[in-house]
Amino acid sequence: MMLLAVLSGFLLALAVPVLYRLTGRYIGWFLALLPASLTAYFAGLIPAIRDGGSLLIENQWMPGLGVSLDFLVDGLSLVFALLISSIGTFILIYAGSYLKGHRDLARFYVIMLSFMASMLGLVLSDNLIAFFVFWELTSITSYLLIGFNHEDVEARKCALQGLFVTAGGGLVLMAGLILLIFITGSYSFADILSSDVSIHDHGYYTAAAICILIGAFTKSAQVPFHFWLPNAMAAPTPVSAFLHSATMVKAGIYLLARLNSSMGETPLWSHTLMVVGTVTMITGTYLAFSSTGIKKVLAYSTVFALGTLTLMIGVGTELAITAFVCMLVAHSLYKGALFMLAGALDHETGTKDLTKMGGLRRSMPWTSAIACMAVLSLAGIPPLFGFVAKELIFESLLNAPVGGWALTTFALVSSILLVAVACLVFFKPFFGPPQATPRQPHEAPFSMLIGPATLSLFSLFFGLAPFVPEVLLLNPAVTAIFGGDVQTALALWHGVNIPLMLSVVSLLAGSLLFARWQALQPGLAIINTVAGRVGPEAAYFRMMQGITQIAGWQTRLLQNGVLGVYLLTLVLVTFGLTGYTLFSRNGIHLSLDFSDGYFYEFGIALLIVTATVFASITKSRLGSVASMGVLGFGVALIFIHFSAPDLGITQLLVETLTVILLVLVLFKLPPFASFSSPLERCRDLAVAVFAGVVMTLLTLAVLDIRYFDSISRYYIENSYEMAFGKNIVNVILVDFRQLDTLGEIFVLGLAAIGVYAMVKLKAEDQHKP
Amino acid sequence: MKSNTLILRTAALAIMPLQLMFSVFLLLRGHDEPGGGFIGGLVAASAFVLYAFSFGVGSTRKLLRVSPKDLLAVGLLFGLASTIPSLLAGEAMLTAMWWQLPLPGEGYLKLSTVLVFDIGVYLAVLGTLMTFVIGLMES
Repeated sequence: MMLLAVLSGFLLALAVPVLYRLTGRYIGWFLALLPASLTAYFAGLIPAIRDGGSLLIENQWMPGLGVSLDFLVDGLSLVFALLISSIGTFILIYAGSYLKGHRDLARFYVIMLSFMASMLGLVLSDNLIAFFVFWELTSITSYLLIGFNHEDVEARKCALQGLFVTAGGGLVLMAGLILLIFITGSYSFADILSSDVSIHDHGYYTAAAICILIGAFTKSAQVPFHFWLPNAMAAPTPVSAFLHSATMVKAGIYLLARLNSSMGETPLWSHTLMVVGTVTMITGTYLAFSSTGIKKVLAYSTVFALGTLTLMIGVGTELAITAFVCMLVAHSLYKGALFMLAGALDHETGTKDLTKMGGLRRSMPWTSAIACMAVLSLAGIPPLFGFVAKELIFESLLNAPVGGWALTTFALVSSILLVAVACLVFFKPFFGPPQATPRQPHEAPFSMLIGPATLSLFSLFFGLAPFVPEVLLLNPAVTAIFGGDVQTALALWHGVNIPLMLSVVSLLAGSLLFARWQALQPGLAIINTVAGRVGPEAAYFRMMQGITQIAGWQTRLLQNGVLGVYLLTLVLVTFGLTGYTLFSRNGIHLSLDFSDGYFYEFGIALLIVTATVFASITKSRLGSVASMGVLGFGVALIFIHFSAPDLGITQLLVETLTVILLVLVLFKLPPFASFSSPLERCRDLAVAVFAGVVMTLLTLAVLDIRYFDSISRYYIENSYEMAFGKNIVNVILVDFRQLDTLGEIFVLGLAAIGVYAMVKLKAEDQHKP
Repeated sequence: MKSNTLILRTAALAIMPLQLMFSVFLLLRGHDEPGGGFIGGLVAASAFVLYAFSFGVGSTRKLLRVSPKDLLAVGLLFGLASTIPSLLAGEAMLTAMWWQLPLPGEGYLKLSTVLVFDIGVYLAVLGTLMTFVIGLMES
């Protein structure tokens, strides 16, 4: 059931093109049934984990490689799964309107559903390898979604940037996960979390922690990798709302939270998280305050939220983890809503620029009412859930084990900026004098408002009655992250205390700051331009340029277009290395014994040698190809003689087809322009003889040395017993070693595509005038 | 490229169906006797190559009905699809599954994911080679 729940997104994605034809413009509503029912399913799992327990649902995948599709359901993964499926429901409905009539709407849903399934797999996987596979799938689907408007150069560039940063981080993460597997000897999160092995004392701990942190930081857009996230706003707004605020960017945060109880509590882990989190938090709010595009503002405030979440994990006290979970939920609710509203604004007015909007509350009353609720939560104003989260953040920072006051100050500064940002997002478009927008503004359709409205109502409900989500879900989640039993006590009203004072201060200062926004804007723009020249994004571009240059240099060196050189390089390297290994490990033993050979074996050998010699001395291409065919048939004869009919038949057929293919190519080639000089021929001969000698010695050595027991006996004994086949060769190909064969036919396919591209591109070039 | 030899054309018309039937025969018997998807695919490809040499690329395309690239893709899909049933049955991926269907009379029909996989190999090999040959002949 769980397996189906996770993979159903992929299955439905396959059916989208057909469904689109059937349902037409109601496709969004129709597809939303899946995440809606998934939400119900996940909600049904809540009772099982309410007391802080966890469920492990086992599914085999590739047990031989330690890879399984086991799913781990505990408070943490269930919070994420519920956020993904519930917000996903509204996003799918919303996208149907937002992209109404778009040529590629079906494609959009295919990728979106695949993304949703990957994300569910990511947060629910118990197996580290499966987790990583889903992690990479989210990077790839995110790439496709950012570049959805693929005819736009800018969108493609931003998509590639996001992919490079997250997939590059993914590689580092993979190294980290493998180290973690080495340390713990287990592929399972559940085992790692419950094991008694001390991960901290292991020699690999530092390396593993650094790799995992880098992986998580790139995915979750922590400074200095934060620049890809605002650029990802090139995606259609439903994508920004879903991937780049509520779900995918939280994958890194999820990983940090998941591993916190086993890998955390060292200075390396918690200090790094605190420093990076704080810097990200401040950077995010500052950049949000200084931007003018509504999506950029929201994107940078997402960077702020991600930084805060990281900081909370770094602080790591019970209180901080509670704040973490509340912030996670609060942020997903209000940011999902705000992005959808931003999309509605953009959709109805035709502009994303905040400075070009104004007075829209008259023409879009519902939108502005819903935005009001979401923004209150963003700014952390009671009675919204954002307020509860913000109070907890202040409280936990005040009681932080190290640097409490410093962290609180930073949090206060970013909170002030955030209040200003919230004012900006709300007052700028909806109040003030109406401005002329590219489109005549009118109210957004129902399907674009139901999502933000529902999410905002949840913000309000959770704020008024925080004990409801707390008892159901948040407490188990905190327990799962903290790794021990925790009793949380959420409340809207804590009485007059320091956190409340800090909230009031941030509200007042933030409002003042917003009043000065217009005046500050030119100065901020200058600072940002200067910072942009030396910032991490500039470094990214320099690095990409460097990679291109190095690639160009080594391509010119290694792939200079002369086939003979390629061949020489390949042969020399291969046989040089093989020869060296052979010589150093084994020495040279020559023992040739021809006494039991039959005369026709010598006949075949003579045929092969003659064909080879003729092929290398003839001046006719056709002649050499034909004699290579003779050589191949000779080899086939040997196979048949030593009773390997399968090999013999295959060799015969392959040789025949090779000759045909070569003839087809030769047919098109011009005559030889020049023959190689005697010196070159001597060089080629020397290399050829060298290769031949090494190969012969190797073959002879293979007959003498046996490092391992032969496995032929196993195949012979089990071929019919286990695989019901009498032809062992075929049984090995399609059963015992099916994975290899599967890989091989894919290689075959790639080769076909390569040849096709080569032939086609060439043909098209010639047609050009 | 198109041959105008009457002998080749007549011979091709007679040989090609035999080759194709033989290729299927090789494919099906492959599990117990020499043969299998790879060899079968090669034989089928050589049949179509012979036809292409006698009647030209255009008529070969018509005869194939689908693009060779699609043949290749379907082959790969068969290969992948054969791994799914074991997954659904809760076994490790790539575990072979066998079904025996009783036939009228004494015999049994042995069906298996292995056979599906071998058909995939057959189609992939055929598709690859035809992509090569048709691509080269058309260029």
